[in-house]
Amino acid sequence: MSTTSTTIVNLPDQRTARIPKRNYLNNEDGLLSWLFTGDHKRIAILYLISITFFFFIGGAFAGLIRLELLTPQADLVASDTYNKFFSMHGIIMIFLFLVPSVPATLGNFLIPIMIGAKDLAFPKVNLLSWYLYWIGGLFTLAALVLGGVDTGWTFTTPLSTHYLNTHVVTAATGVFIIGFSSIFTGLNFIVTLHRMRAPGMTWFRLPLFCWSNYAASILMVLGTPVLAITLVLVALERLVGIGVFDPTKGGDPLLFQHLFWFYSHPAVYIMILPGMGVISEVISTFSRKRVFGYTAVAFSSVAIALFGFFVWAHHMFIMGVSNYSALVFSLLTMLVAVPSAIKIFNWAFTLQKGSITFETPMLYAFGFLGLFTIGGMTGVFLGALGMDIHLTETYFIVAHFHFVMVGGMLMAFLAGIHFWWPKMTGRMYPESLSKLAAVTTFIGFNLTFLPQFILGYLGMPRRYHAYPPEFQVLNVLSTAGATVLGIGYMLPLLYLGWSLKYGAIAGNNPWQATGLEWQIQSPPLTENFIETPIMDHEAYDYEWLAHKTAQEVTTVG
Amino acid sequence: MDNAIVATHPHTHETAVAAEHEHVMLPQHRHHFETKEQQREAATFGMWLFLLTEIMFFGGLFFAYLLYRNWYHDAFVVSSNQLSIPLGAANTAILITSGFCMALGVWAAEVQKKGLLVLFLVLTTVFGVAFLGVKAVEYHEKWEKHHIPGAHFDVSEFINPQAYGLKEKPLAPDMAQKTQVFFFLYFAMTGMHAFHMILGIGLLFWLTWRAHRGEFSSGYVAPIENFGLYWHFVDIVWLFLFPLLYLINRHPGS
Repeated sequence: MSTTSTTIVNLPDQRTARIPKRNYLNNEDGLLSWLFTGDHKRIAILYLISITFFFFIGGAFAGLIRLELLTPQADLVASDTYNKFFSMHGIIMIFLFLVPSVPATLGNFLIPIMIGAKDLAFPKVNLLSWYLYWIGGLFTLAALVLGGVDTGWTFTTPLSTHYLNTHVVTAATGVFIIGFSSIFTGLNFIVTLHRMRAPGMTWFRLPLFCWSNYAASILMVLGTPVLAITLVLVALERLVGIGVFDPTKGGDPLLFQHLFWFYSHPAVYIMILPGMGVISEVISTFSRKRVFGYTAVAFSSVAIALFGFFVWAHHMFIMGVSNYSALVFSLLTMLVAVPSAIKIFNWAFTLQKGSITFETPMLYAFGFLGLFTIGGMTGVFLGALGMDIHLTETYFIVAHFHFVMVGGMLMAFLAGIHFWWPKMTGRMYPESLSKLAAVTTFIGFNLTFLPQFILGYLGMPRRYHAYPPEFQVLNVLSTAGATVLGIGYMLPLLYLGWSLKYGAIAGNNPWQATGLEWQIQSPPLTENFIETPIMDHEAYDYEWLAHKTAQEVTTVG
Repeated sequence: MDNAIVATHPHTHETAVAAEHEHVMLPQHRHHFETKEQQREAATFGMWLFLLTEIMFFGGLFFAYLLYRNWYHDAFVVSSNQLSIPLGAANTAILITSGFCMALGVWAAEVQKKGLLVLFLVLTTVFGVAFLGVKAVEYHEKWEKHHIPGAHFDVSEFINPQAYGLKEKPLAPDMAQKTQVFFFLYFAMTGMHAFHMILGIGLLFWLTWRAHRGEFSSGYVAPIENFGLYWHFVDIVWLFLFPLLYLINRHPGS
């Protein structure tokens, strides 16, 4: 204990706190000091601004889609334009928002601090990955401005290579470049977690946020290059007509599906795993308990990453893969439910007999628990071969992955943003307004996507701009929900911006959480720690924190 | 800057001061690493991970090759016989020599011999360029024979091999069309490999310039070591490409 009190700087609590004179935000001034920074915290902020920008562009397309689907006829846009809407919505939301959402913002900001390091292992590579993100983003925007792309986010051959005259190559180039941004982020995290941990910070003392980002990084490093080569082949097929995906020249469109989903199924775990890490931190902090079954939760992240690589063909059950491989992939798909359920059960047991409080991050986390469970369970339905044939390419699929990605991941992202906002900016967000936003999001989300489960079950196919009139009631509900959801997302943008100047001063540990990031000043110094911390206790050790706080009072007093 | 913070902090003790002294050991030492060993290990580990992503990148092409080779075995056999084993073997030897020079370069950097390091880096570059030269000769031959996939691809040599003085069995026209898949994969795989060589040669120029300035003569060898890993990786990719594309079909039916 004595070593701790000398290695971790003690600062006064929230009531007497001031914004520290020196911190990473005011260490250097000027736009260039941001654009050429090597500081992982500043790069995280750059990413946060960038992904928010793209999130609202992607969200605008979602709004247009729902507006068109308000009525059964094609009255807002023609079918071609509608195709471009959902393609852009998918490409932007997946590659420019969900994949980098938690890792590139919260992960970048927190992983070095959580493990007691001064920075990520390769700060310049980290900055490079942000620039690559923007170059890729600009290609995607160029494809949008030049007239759009209508392949869907999957670039499925032969549609993308032979039948369309939209800007497939531009968009594919964008995604190819963003892929390298994601590879470099993952590579940086893996090296940092292996080589930069502070003395005493063993693997099993790492916060679970680090474990889940580690698992996601493995997926980024192993999966994304396969997407890269696949997109190169698509572009060559389109430009030169090489024939590798063209049946008339002996190629096989199904090969594209295999290569694409070999990345893109693990990609959904790239998106969800860091979110699960956020939930572990939030639930532990607001129930004042160590995460139940720490080791099981840590290994379940790795297990999800591992199993995630062997389920890709469940996207292709109706596309002519053999019955035997369909059987195997169906079984493996259901296996992924096991580590996911381990996490849900362990979070539930963490809550049991905890001293639960309902701060905003916790509300978002509860939203995550319910919505992710529904999204995950419907995933098991879809993994069953007979059900899949009935439900695939309907709105049931759309509802399923939006429950996981929006209900799960976006809730987790917002939980994390609220949870660490005091650390990132030094100021609190307005509590009652943010609780309103959390509840609005939850209600709006359910109103948007629960009707889509029913629509899909009744047989409404996805990716059409018009539908039979008997589906209208449910579609109107869904569009109404999307409006509520949109308000739920606009609110944080407004009040978080407001809090930058007018929020209450947070102090270094407003939640009384145990992670190393909460033991330093907020906002942190450029090099995070004044001295290298020595980790002498387990993760989520609230007794250690109580003891430390008690000591703090005596030393300060 | 971090000095100032440590100095104003009352808890500073001997170990921190010792760490500060360690900081000034090498000019290339980056501030966020505790020790230079940590920095070196991190860089090497990062390079290995990058090579892992490269394996996955080439893996997509190798997977496509295996699939289509299985489907269109006859077409792959005859088109593989079109490739020149002497040129391929010569290229293999050239590339291994280049890799050997690179390994000697890493050694020269580790024993801090600047002149030798520059020499070996130049030799590595020369053999790398020689490899690309031979590759260009091979590509040119394919161009002349219309074996580059696309609108001008010509299958007559595979349908009627006797007319061209070849001893192959003639292929049915639809199977002969599939030779195009082989040649596409040949160009994609060797082309992607050559692209990595070109990138590597660019890096070699840069490293040679830095070595000439003496940056690697004081015990800081991480860039040389890690580039060595990259260069050997490119060698190894070729060591898989050569048998798969040139050698594997030499004895059809046996």
